[in-house]
Amino acid sequence: MSEKQVTRRNFLYVTTGAFAAAGAASLAWPFVDQMNPDASVKALASTEIDLRPIIPGQSITVMWRGKPVFIRRRTQAEIDEAKKVNLADLPHPEEDSDRAQNPEWLVMVGICTHLGCVPLGQKGDYNGWFCPCHGSHYDTSGRIRKGPAPTNLEIPDYVFLNETTIKIG
Amino acid sequence: MKFIINLFASFLLLLSFSFTQLHAAGEMKEPMHPDWSFEGPLGKFERASLQRGYQVYTEVCSGCHSMNLLSYRNLIEEGGPEFSESQAKAMAAAFEVKAAPNADGEVEMRPAILSDKFVSPYENEQQGRAANGGAYPPDLSVMVKARHGGADYLYSLLLGYVDAPSDIKLDDGVYYNEYAKGQKIAMPQVLYEDAVVYTDGTAATPEQMARDVTMFLTWAAEPKLEARKRIGFKVISYLLILSVLLYFTNRQIWKDTH
Amino acid sequence: MSENYAPKSAVGRWFNDRLPLLNLIYGHLLPYPTPKNLNYWWTFGGILTFCLVTQIITGLVLAMHYVADADLAFASVEHIMRDVNYGWLLRYIHANGASLFFMAVYIHMARSLFYGSYKEPRELIWIIGVFIFLLMIATAFMGYVLPWGQMSFWGATVITNLFSAIPLVGESVTNWLWGGYAVGSPLLTRFFTLHYLMPFLIFALVILHVWALHVPGNNNPEGINVVQGSQDTVPFHPHYVVKDMFALVVFLVVFAGFVFFVPNLLGHTDNYIEANPLQTPEHIVPEWYFLPFYAILRSVPDKLGGVILMVSAIAILAFLPWLDTSKVRSAKYRPLYRQFVWLFFANVILLGYLGAQTADGLFLIIGRIATAYYFAHFIIILPLLGYIEKTKPLPKSLSEPVLSPEERQMKAAASGASA
Repeated sequence: MSEKQVTRRNFLYVTTGAFAAAGAASLAWPFVDQMNPDASVKALASTEIDLRPIIPGQSITVMWRGKPVFIRRRTQAEIDEAKKVNLADLPHPEEDSDRAQNPEWLVMVGICTHLGCVPLGQKGDYNGWFCPCHGSHYDTSGRIRKGPAPTNLEIPDYVFLNETTIKIG
Repeated sequence: MKFIINLFASFLLLLSFSFTQLHAAGEMKEPMHPDWSFEGPLGKFERASLQRGYQVYTEVCSGCHSMNLLSYRNLIEEGGPEFSESQAKAMAAAFEVKAAPNADGEVEMRPAILSDKFVSPYENEQQGRAANGGAYPPDLSVMVKARHGGADYLYSLLLGYVDAPSDIKLDDGVYYNEYAKGQKIAMPQVLYEDAVVYTDGTAATPEQMARDVTMFLTWAAEPKLEARKRIGFKVISYLLILSVLLYFTNRQIWKDTH
Repeated sequence: MSENYAPKSAVGRWFNDRLPLLNLIYGHLLPYPTPKNLNYWWTFGGILTFCLVTQIITGLVLAMHYVADADLAFASVEHIMRDVNYGWLLRYIHANGASLFFMAVYIHMARSLFYGSYKEPRELIWIIGVFIFLLMIATAFMGYVLPWGQMSFWGATVITNLFSAIPLVGESVTNWLWGGYAVGSPLLTRFFTLHYLMPFLIFALVILHVWALHVPGNNNPEGINVVQGSQDTVPFHPHYVVKDMFALVVFLVVFAGFVFFVPNLLGHTDNYIEANPLQTPEHIVPEWYFLPFYAILRSVPDKLGGVILMVSAIAILAFLPWLDTSKVRSAKYRPLYRQFVWLFFANVILLGYLGAQTADGLFLIIGRIATAYYFAHFIIILPLLGYIEKTKPLPKSLSEPVLSPEERQMKAAASGASA
C-alpha cells in the first residue's frame, strides 16, 4: 500500500476506535449512576421543621437522612455558659457562634463522634449531653469536653426559612 | 446489504408478533385516534395540558380513583407538569396524610408534603368496592400502559357515553359506553361541560378535559417519556455513524483476502 | 497456535508461566483460523454473547433495587422506572433484551439447521446448544414472573400447574414447587433466586460450547471441511472481530429502536395490572418467543399429553444429528432439503401465530396439523431425505466456487450498486 493509503487506513482505524470507545464510556454512566441516591431518597434529603411548638429549655429529636438530629431551644443560662468557655480547654476548639447561627437554637446531629451511639440530653458533667456507651461528655454547645470522642457533635447544613422554620439539608 | 435486509426482515417479523396481541379484541369498538403531542419519535408532552389534566384528576377522578405510585414531588420533576416547588407544596398541603405515631402511640393527621404519595380516596380495596356497588375503581398510575389502545382508548372511553339502544337492558350501577368491552361499564359518565373551572381560563368542554386528563395519565404512566425519546434519538444517531465507520473498517480489512 | 504466544510485558509473562490463561484466550481469539467465507448469519454467536453479558449486567443492577415479595414486587419495579437514576433505561434494556436474545438465538439455530452445523463432528456443540436453549427458556419464564403483573401471576399458575399432570406424584411436586398451595410469595422468591443463578450456568455452557467448536473449527456456508491455516482460512482477528462488531452495531440499532421508541410493543398490557389471584385475564398469553411451544402444548386435549409433546418438541432437537441421515452438510448443495427447511421455518412461525389465538375452532385444527408437521419434519422427512435426495456436487475447497457471497457483496458495494 502507498504511504497515502496507509495514512488513510490508520485514520479510519483510529477514528472508529475512538468513536467506539467514547460510546462505551457513555454507556457505562447509567450503570454507575443507578447506585447513586434515587429520587425518593433525595426527596427525603432535606426536611423542614416548625420551631413554634418548642419552648425554651426543650429539645426535640427529628430524623434526617436516617440519622437523629437534636434541636434544642437553649435557655439564656446555657447560651452564656457556652460562650464563656475558653477555647484552649477544648479538645476540639470551636466558637459557639460558629456552631449556632442563632444562639437560641442549637441544631446538631445526635450521633456521638466516637463510635456512633446516640447521646442522652441534659446529662453529664457539662450540662450538655452524655454518651452512655463509653462516657463522652458534651457541653451546652455540643462540644466534646471529656471522654474518648475525638470531635464535637456535627452541625448539619441548615437554614432559617423564616423566624420559625428551619430547613435541614 | 443482504444482512441488513435480513435483519430488518427479522425485525418486521418480530413486529408482526405484536399483532398477535391484538387477538380477540372481539366486541370492542376501534377507539378514536386524536393527534397526541407525545406520539412519534420526537414526541413531547404539553406542559399546560398536563397541568390542566392534573386539575381534572384532582377535582373529578380522585374521588374514586387512587394514583398510589405517584408522589407530589413528581409534579415538579422535569418532563412532567413542571409546577413550581411552591405551587406543588401548596397543592400537597391541601391533602391530609397519617403522621408518624406520636409519643403516646396515637396516629394523627398532618398536611401532605412533597415526598408523600398521592392520597387515596379509600383506605383499602374493600372500602372502594363497598362505596361503588362492588366494583373497585382501579388505580390510575399505569392505566395508559395497562389497556390495549392506551391513550386513544382512555380518551374514547371518557367521551363514549351515549344513550343505550332501546333493546339493551342495564343493571343498576352499569352504564352504556360505546368503547367499553361489551359496551357496558361500571363507571358513570363524569366529564360534563364545565365540570371543572380551568385556572388558565381554557374552556372546559368534555373533549378538552378528556384530552387533558388523558395526557396527564400518559405522563403519570410514562414520566420518563421525553428523556427516553431524546436519549434514543442520540443513541441511534450515534449507532448509525458507528455502523458506517465499522462498515468501512471491515471493508478495508477484507480488501486483500482472495 | 497458542503455545507460540509470548506475552509482551514482564508481568504478563510472569502470570502466564504460572497460569496460561493469556495463551488460552489469545489463541482462541486472535490468530484462530476461521473459514474466510462466513456470511452474516455467522455473526449471531457474537451477538448472543453480547446479549448474555447485557442481560447479566442489567439484571445485576436491577437486582439492587427489586424486591422479590408478592406485596412489594410490582411497586418495586415501578420504583425502578420512576425513581432510580436511569432505572427506566435499565429495565427496558433488560425486558427488550430478553426478546432480542431469543430473536438472535432463533436466527442462530436457523443458521445451524440450514448449513448443517449440527452434523458430524459438531454434534456435541449442537447438544450443548440445546441445553443452553432450555436454560434460556427457564430463565426467561422465571424472569417474566418477577414484575408480578397479571400475566406474570397467571402465566406462572398455568405452567406450574402442568407439573400436576405427572402421574402419582404430580400434586406433591407442584406443591413443592410452589412452596404452598398456589402461586404466591414463596414461589416468587425462589424464582428470583433461580433467575439470578441460571445465566451463570448459561455462561459456563457457552464456554463449553465455544471450546467444543474450536476442536473441529467453524462450519461454513459451503459445508465442506476446511484445512486450518491454509488459503481457506483467515485469522479471527481482525477479520471476524471487526465483522462481528459491525453486525452487532446494526443489531443494536434495532435493539435501540425497541428500547427507546416502542419499549412495550413486545410485552402485554395485562402485565401492567398488579397480580390478582381472584381474577383471571381473558386471554393468558406467554411472551412471543414461547408461542410456538404454547401452540403445541394446547394442540393435545389431554394435560399430560400436551406437556409430553411440548417437552418433546425441544428434546427432539438433541437427536437432530442422527435423524438427519444426509452426508452433505449445507442446504446450498441439498436442493430438496433446502425447500423443506424453509417449510419448517414457516411452520414454526405459523405455530407462533396460533399460540396467540384462542385454542378452538379453525385455529385448533390448523394448530394440530402444524404440530404434526413439526414432528414429521424430524421423524419422517429428515431421515428419508438423506437416502432419496440427489445432492449437488461439493466444491473441493473454499476458493473454488468462483465468487463467494462475501465477495459478491463487496464487489457490489465497491461499484455502488445496491446488493
